[in-house]
Amino acid sequence: MTLSIGFTLNGKAVSMEADPAERLLDTLRYRLGLTGTKEGCGEGECGACTVYLDGLPVNSCLVPTYQVRGARVETIEALDPVQLGPFLEQGATQCGACTPGVVMTALWISAHPELLETHTVRELMAGNLCRCTGYDGIVDAVATTIGEVGEGGRGKGEA
Amino acid sequence: MQRREGLAKLTGRERYVDDLPLEGALWGMTVRSPAPRGRVSAVRFRPDVNWSEIVVVDYRDVPTANEILLIERDQPVLAAGYVRHVHEAVLLVAHPSREMARRAARAVDVVVAPEPPALDFRAPPRPEQIQFGRDNVLKRLQIAKGDVEQALARAPVVVEGVYETGAQEHVYLETQGMIAWLENDVLVVKGSMQCPYYVLNALQHALGRDERRVRVIQTPTGGGFGGKEEYPSTIALHAALLALKAGRPVKMVYDRPEDMASTTKRHPSLVRHRTALTTDGRLLAQDIEVVLDGGAYVTLSPVVLSRGIIHAAGPYACDNVRIVGRAMFTNAVPFGAFRGFGAPQTLFALERHMDVIARALGLDPVELRRRNLLRDGQSTATGQVIRDGTDRIAVLERALALSGYREKQHSHAAFNAAQRSQRRGIGLATFYHGAGFTGGGEVHLNSRLQVAGLPDGRVEVLSANIEMGQGTLTVFTQIVADRLGLAPEEVVIGEPDTARVPNSGPTVASRTTMVVGRLIERAADDLRHRVGLDDRARGAAVKDAIMRWHREHRGEPLLGEAVYERPPGIAWDEERYQGDAYAAFAWAAYVAEVEVDLRTCTTRVIDFVAVQEVGKVINPTLARGQVQGGVVQGLGWALMEECKVENGAMINNQLTNYIIPTSDDVPPIRVAFVENPYPHGAQGAKGLGELPIDGPAPAILNAVAAATGADPRAIPLTAERLMEIVERTH
Amino acid sequence: MRVLLADRVPEALGLLAGDGAAIPVAGGTDLLVHWPVRIDAHDRTYVDLSRLEDLKPLRWSDRELVLGGLTTYWDVIQDERIGREFPLLVRAARQVGAIQIQARGTWAGNIVNASPAADGVPVLMAYDAVVVLESGRGREEVPLDHFYTGYKEMRRRADQLVVAIRIPRRPYSYQVFEKVGSRRAQAIAKVGLAVTRSDAGWRVVAASMAPTIRRCPMLERLLEQRVQVAHPGDLVPAITQDVSPIDDVRSTAEYRRRVMARVLYDDLRETCGWP
Ligand SMILES: Cc1cc2nc3c(=O)[nH]c(=O)nc-3n(C[C@@H](O)[C@@H](O)[C@H](O)COP(=O)(O)OP(=O)(O)OC[C@H]3O[C@@H](n4cnc5c(N)ncnc54)[C@H](O)[C@@H]3O)c2cc1C
Ligand code: FES
Ligand code: FES
Repeated sequence: MTLSIGFTLNGKAVSMEADPAERLLDTLRYRLGLTGTKEGCGEGECGACTVYLDGLPVNSCLVPTYQVRGARVETIEALDPVQLGPFLEQGATQCGACTPGVVMTALWISAHPELLETHTVRELMAGNLCRCTGYDGIVDAVATTIGEVGEGGRGKGEA
Repeated sequence: MQRREGLAKLTGRERYVDDLPLEGALWGMTVRSPAPRGRVSAVRFRPDVNWSEIVVVDYRDVPTANEILLIERDQPVLAAGYVRHVHEAVLLVAHPSREMARRAARAVDVVVAPEPPALDFRAPPRPEQIQFGRDNVLKRLQIAKGDVEQALARAPVVVEGVYETGAQEHVYLETQGMIAWLENDVLVVKGSMQCPYYVLNALQHALGRDERRVRVIQTPTGGGFGGKEEYPSTIALHAALLALKAGRPVKMVYDRPEDMASTTKRHPSLVRHRTALTTDGRLLAQDIEVVLDGGAYVTLSPVVLSRGIIHAAGPYACDNVRIVGRAMFTNAVPFGAFRGFGAPQTLFALERHMDVIARALGLDPVELRRRNLLRDGQSTATGQVIRDGTDRIAVLERALALSGYREKQHSHAAFNAAQRSQRRGIGLATFYHGAGFTGGGEVHLNSRLQVAGLPDGRVEVLSANIEMGQGTLTVFTQIVADRLGLAPEEVVIGEPDTARVPNSGPTVASRTTMVVGRLIERAADDLRHRVGLDDRARGAAVKDAIMRWHREHRGEPLLGEAVYERPPGIAWDEERYQGDAYAAFAWAAYVAEVEVDLRTCTTRVIDFVAVQEVGKVINPTLARGQVQGGVVQGLGWALMEECKVENGAMINNQLTNYIIPTSDDVPPIRVAFVENPYPHGAQGAKGLGELPIDGPAPAILNAVAAATGADPRAIPLTAERLMEIVERTH
Repeated sequence: MRVLLADRVPEALGLLAGDGAAIPVAGGTDLLVHWPVRIDAHDRTYVDLSRLEDLKPLRWSDRELVLGGLTTYWDVIQDERIGREFPLLVRAARQVGAIQIQARGTWAGNIVNASPAADGVPVLMAYDAVVVLESGRGREEVPLDHFYTGYKEMRRRADQLVVAIRIPRRPYSYQVFEKVGSRRAQAIAKVGLAVTRSDAGWRVVAASMAPTIRRCPMLERLLEQRVQVAHPGDLVPAITQDVSPIDDVRSTAEYRRRVMARVLYDDLRETCGWP
């Protein structure tokens, strides 16, 4: 069986036939050619597959495609590169495999600075595993986008 | 300069192997051994799959040699009737649908008549477990300096200790992946890898194709850390065999559980130290035994062991040193290259042992190290005289100052007295890491590199060294641009494609910037000479000359070239393991501050300072990122990353159960560099990539020991393990 | 594989009643883990709940807080009033996975998934939550502390949905949630504890300590009777009667028992006047 579904993807209406066993991650990558969203684990741990579903960051490897019918999906391809300066400057990417997911979560945090009244950047970023950077570059970049001085690797006492 | 491909990565435009569109491709899957050792008595194809739709490959489909070419040729491409470890590849299947391919792989039963496996590398094998040589020793190596026995016999103090480290999984975020297809008669293999020419050689060897009929192309590689040094040859061969049989492109991309279970890991180790000292803590003799678990095939274990033992005595002056090392065969999934390559294991043992010594002698750990750190003119265990002008004491002092080491020792004493269950402590490690291949390795590699002048005046670097996050593209660009006075946009880094680029060696061993970068400088100089310029010509003069050359030589390639030359005054005796093991060492002092919750025995690193001397720092942002990433990987290895093993195979092969640090588990990693340009590295740089994983584990465990009074000697120091030790202590 | 899409609760209940083996899907954060590899799971029938708008909102009344059958962790984290009145719900929710999981995972899914290591269940149980089940045959309410009957076994028939979780409003004089994992964030509990005290008495709930999450009657009695406890070891006999931890891939029985005793002791020391 297939299911007919329609949803908004990066601001545009999409309608398609989906296999019931299809994950949103695979629909995006293999059916729609949006390969910016990555698979790191397929188990919700690494966050490389992070997309926005109705405005919230979710792991697209855990979303059955049929569940986005009628919903709003945004992927890394929709983001405005202008926002990414601090990520380059702070060294927030190395191998890049985690990076699209990291950027999605990071920009969601910077769009919701009120979260930082109750959460730290490090707590909010904990769903995005990065094996390369040690996280300082990422945390500093987020801090920079929301106009805070880095709490990461630059801070205290460095030469 | 900012990371060259940074924006492409940040926007998701960078294309990794699994992102490439492939018309008409099949998905390949692997059928693996269920048992650690035995004869394959049957392979059964269950009827719930329509086998006529499935391409199946077994060892009989390997055209020329069923061997994965590496140091030895003991590892088959596909098991030929006999398996030596769980998850050993037995059969390959392919189908246009990934799900169908997976179902097919599941529908094959490999029946193994079991034989007794060797599973504990620490215990001497029983006769029925022997499968390699007479004693399952894959490799034995020894270093000797002075007279250890005599020094031990006469010494006023001898301190002994045994230290153990566990396997570590790389967890590169992009799993192993490869695609293969035929283009006319040329087999093209493309994928995630560190060493295109290793893959090329392996394909040529097993498939009996000369280099004109095989071509290997690296795709942007989502992390490697050594895990994509030798393993990609295996998956490349598998994809190639399926593609050759199917006559269609084949893609193999491991899912995370398969990747974790069946690819290589860091070698587990056991290191024994027996150290003779004066009562005031001067080293008189170091007697060290290193044992590594090699797993079921040789892979790179001999060279991992080599680097391990060479680093085992540390950056200290000692006249009498004996280091014996052996790598053991076991029926475990083979261990392989991992950032640090044996050195993290032996340096963990050594640096923890230094604190054990300090405690035994009632000495301050800082003082013990200060008394023994190598001064210029003194020699390492292999007799390599260090004369690089680096002030190693100053590196140590810098780390102490930045971390507030002394003040924290005092404040911790007060904190620990006031708290019921929280304990703080600070710990230190001083260490070194040899850059480039060991001994004569670089000479054997004989790396070659080209810098091409393009008709439009730009220049292109043609090298087989790859970007996997560590910054190759950026650093290479910077080196050429600086050398020739060009803008970064005027420099192109060619795709690592064995049909186009010469063999500039593997992207391993912290050699890329120092060794290959130097080749780039020389090839750029050569290019300048070829267009009639001298070494002072820069910028527009270079561009103009290149364009003029092309007008005069239409259609011809303009190539500057360089071949590795050993720096002067370096000599290595492979027989006796004596001499200059490395052209250069990077030096470091790391300080960790921890807080231990005695209720749960959970350890949290609350501050970390990493000070190192790596020659000239070419790109501060990239260099800092390498250190921070390495420290966090080391922190994981020290405290949480544990491969739970059954029958020699990892059973917690998911990221839910193999725990690596998240952003919330690590403090900011404070990084500082002491710069002392190295004359034979590009722009004065030495290797940096591996150094940062050597220091965190001992520094952190030393801090835990200081915090709790306990004496942990094995990693990962999980809460469960620390609780046992603390219970024993109190 | 078959998926039945429902837009209204009765429709979903009808689909479940019609196919005895159908599995409801809410946020998918349990069901979709390693999905491509779990081939067997592809041969089943599923009923999608995600469009059942009626199950989404949480509601307050004078006497209770009612979580909907699709209320997520993030819904709870965002709710300031819950933070004030039922702080353990927020504390636990913030420790479930990370934001990407909190945004999708539901409390009902946590209950029905029945992991002995869950974080949502212990705090709900410590607040005396009641599971509201509905099927074509009507409604049924089961107190959460009577819901589980064995490892992954529970008093829910295959045709029933969790449509609500009722939590009585009471003043609490003591409440604490502790999660001990192998890292600070994104960890599965090796030991989980939720302890509350209200007019209804003490509640001590342990996670990862037995085949199901469960209340600890001996510990609760010890607290009710104000037994003097001199050190963590004094709690061990009660713990041994209440729970039966095991060695598994995440931890050891011994570690779990010790940690439970120490953390409980340390948390309760001041309140109970222990030394
Ligand atoms: C990376 C990761 C980290 C996690 N970390 C934690 C953690 O720290 N702590 C923790 O407790 N959990 C954790 N979880 C699991 C947690 O996300 C789930 O238990 C979640 O609460 C389940 O909700 P769901 O809506 O996603 O359930 P689903 O996956 O949709 O369903 C789970 C089960 O519940 C059933 N079900 C769902 N809704 C209903 C309903 N209304 N009526 C009847 N049956 C229903 C389903 O049939 C299924 O059996 C983690 C999961 C992942 C992937
Ligand atoms: S791939 Fe989805 S979380 Fe890792
Ligand atoms: S940049 Fe490589 S995993 Fe994050």
